[in-house]
Amino acid sequence: MGLLTFKKGVHPPDMKLLSKDKKIERLTPPKILYFPVAQHIGAPAKTIVKKGDPVKVGQLIAEAVGFVSANIFSSVSGTVKGIEDRLNFLGTKTSMIVIENDEKYEKTEFTLLTDLQSANIVNKVKEGGIVGLGGATFPTHVKLSPPKDKPIDTVIINGAECEPYLTSDYRLMLEQPQKVVEGLKILMKALGATKGYIGIESNKPDVLKKMHELCEKESEIETVALKTKYPQGGEKQLIYAILKRKVPAGGLPMAVGVVVQNSGTAAAIYDLLKEGKPLYERIITITGNGVNEPKNFLVPLGTPINYLIEKAGGLKENAAKIIMGGPMMGFAITDLTIPAQKGTSGIVVFTDKEVYGEDYDVCIRCNKCIDVCPMDLAPYQYALLGENERYLEAKDWNVLDCIECGSCVYICPSKRPMVQFIKLEKAAITAEMKKEKKK
Amino acid sequence: MNKLKISTSPHIYSKFNVSKIMWVVIGVLLLPTLWGIYVFGVPALITILVSVIGSVFTEWLFTKMFKMKVRLYDGSAVLTGLLLALTLPPSTPILVTFSGAFFAIGFGKMIFGGLGYNPFNPALIGRAFLLASWPVYITTWSAPIRKGLNMVGIPQHLIDTLSGIPQNVVDTVTLATPLNALGQSIDFVSNGTITPDQLNSIQHVLYSKSALSNLFFGYTGGSIGEVSALLLLIGGLLLIWKKIITWHIPVIYILTVGILGWMFGGKGIFQGNILFQMLAGGLFLGAFFMATDYVTSPMFTKGKIIFAIGAGILVIVIRRWGGYPEGVCYSIIIMNAFVPMIDRFTKPKPFGYVKGVTK
Repeated sequence: MGLLTFKKGVHPPDMKLLSKDKKIERLTPPKILYFPVAQHIGAPAKTIVKKGDPVKVGQLIAEAVGFVSANIFSSVSGTVKGIEDRLNFLGTKTSMIVIENDEKYEKTEFTLLTDLQSANIVNKVKEGGIVGLGGATFPTHVKLSPPKDKPIDTVIINGAECEPYLTSDYRLMLEQPQKVVEGLKILMKALGATKGYIGIESNKPDVLKKMHELCEKESEIETVALKTKYPQGGEKQLIYAILKRKVPAGGLPMAVGVVVQNSGTAAAIYDLLKEGKPLYERIITITGNGVNEPKNFLVPLGTPINYLIEKAGGLKENAAKIIMGGPMMGFAITDLTIPAQKGTSGIVVFTDKEVYGEDYDVCIRCNKCIDVCPMDLAPYQYALLGENERYLEAKDWNVLDCIECGSCVYICPSKRPMVQFIKLEKAAITAEMKKEKKK
Repeated sequence: MNKLKISTSPHIYSKFNVSKIMWVVIGVLLLPTLWGIYVFGVPALITILVSVIGSVFTEWLFTKMFKMKVRLYDGSAVLTGLLLALTLPPSTPILVTFSGAFFAIGFGKMIFGGLGYNPFNPALIGRAFLLASWPVYITTWSAPIRKGLNMVGIPQHLIDTLSGIPQNVVDTVTLATPLNALGQSIDFVSNGTITPDQLNSIQHVLYSKSALSNLFFGYTGGSIGEVSALLLLIGGLLLIWKKIITWHIPVIYILTVGILGWMFGGKGIFQGNILFQMLAGGLFLGAFFMATDYVTSPMFTKGKIIFAIGAGILVIVIRRWGGYPEGVCYSIIIMNAFVPMIDRFTKPKPFGYVKGVTK
């Protein structure tokens, strides 16, 4: 079978060689950890511990508020040192629970499910604080609760890992593929889906082979090879690549009967339901030419970035930019005490030679951005409108359909910051829509 | 450690950049340029040098005068100068060429804000300016200096077959460029100098296999860069292969001219010759290198198709019923003016667009 893919997209150098052969190492937690109460899409969780409280590994420390929200757990045992407003990776401030590690690692008991019924699974997933681990951090239980009129027939596991540099999903699928397959089975059961797919890019032939072998006995699950192209792992792109179904513009995958989950999320669900471990640790790739020894770590959430970098041999002399997430969609950070959180798939460190984007040039209308946009938009227009602060007009050019994958900026010969303007335009348009609603 | 830098995603970029595009196009254009110099000799070389130097000088001058961003090295001014020279007769006087280059860069591009902001193709604006100002120089063609070549690209033994036709008509035909030869012969029929039968024998010669092959390989008179359709085709295909341009505009433009030329290019309907209409004149140069200019052509595929068909129609309208034998330059300039409107009406639908549901 040929490789499945979507239309358009770009081919950035994948740079995975730096860390792809590094086995997942369990990281010893640091002395002090920080747990932001907002590390998912939706309402921030409500802190339920106070200064001086003792905590254990896996203990609930902040509780979901409302349906679209997620529980937060401590990854160490020790004492709550306080609740502080601290800088997060977005450059704003978030309330964070500061915990001092007593290095005893006492665990809380987490009741296992004996009866794997759909409703039970969803409740348990909600209890376990599972969110999408690909980076979007959308609470998983919400995706597992589609309205009655939108039956789900297919679950897709996103093992594309199309972001350059990152290898956390690759290592997970290579070292613990059965977790992903079992997680997928649980997801299918929770949704009543009859078909499951695991989509993996062709640049991971070893993983593809392993998954194929594992899925051979499973009639309902199929492993599919995807073309190595960015953004192959975009939800709508992945669904189109595998099923040739088009998610309607402005709609969600459930509109075409599909739920997509990251491979890491599937493994987290397995850990939760089969091993009784809520989401308090995840695999993170520390890589880039700016760190001395690229690594794949199993990281206790709450660990500050500088500790991770130190364990990866430290920064090189010429390190110039640190990205939280992948290089195409991640966030550049300056404060290294920002903690690793649920959505952190990697830390990429660039050297001064690899950093561009200081200045940008005029649009020469070369159409390259249109040629690569996986959402069939006209990205050049967003920068032109943005430069003139005509943010609201971008709505007529369907800016709200943009997935911010960054392909347009990647290819742009003038290095125009389309994504930056798109973010501004989306914010202005959403604010305007809210204002109109109030009227 | 250095100070950490921050910016919005993405944090990696392709190596594709403006000056790379410009220099690749210039490199590809060297094929027809060198051929032009080979066929027309030193005057062609001088015209090219004057045009390129004039363009770069004008760019520098405007950059200084209006404190604009310096982009002399990105090749855009060199490219404009080269393109302008390729549209000019080899014998164009130095001062005329220089004014063309000055007007092309100064008033075709810089006055609008420089690269990226010009509504019309600067090189064609330069040529249109010269055609309006010094029409004689711009339509005075010198014959190729290579032995055995004549203006119209027809071997002598075929010209000898035109014996029954008045000598002044034969001279007009053989001393003009191929499109001129055709246009004037049709005029001769209209004013009764020759009979329709005699026109047929002239057309027979113009459309003969050897005449068409001379047009294709570039053994005729004309502007410096337009004579060899083959080299322009190779250059254009290289640009398409390198993904610098897409096939839509050149292919549709050339085919439109061919088909409409067949229908309306002769006297009466369906009397034209597809190959002759496509190969003669500056169509290949215009189609691959002018109509595809990024800044002045439509952004979306649908728009490109409309643009190409429109330009193709205009070429035949001008060739057949206009005051000039060739219409490529004006056809592109006129379609340039429609680009903002075309873009507005060909806005693409987003992925997953559902009619009536998606806003």
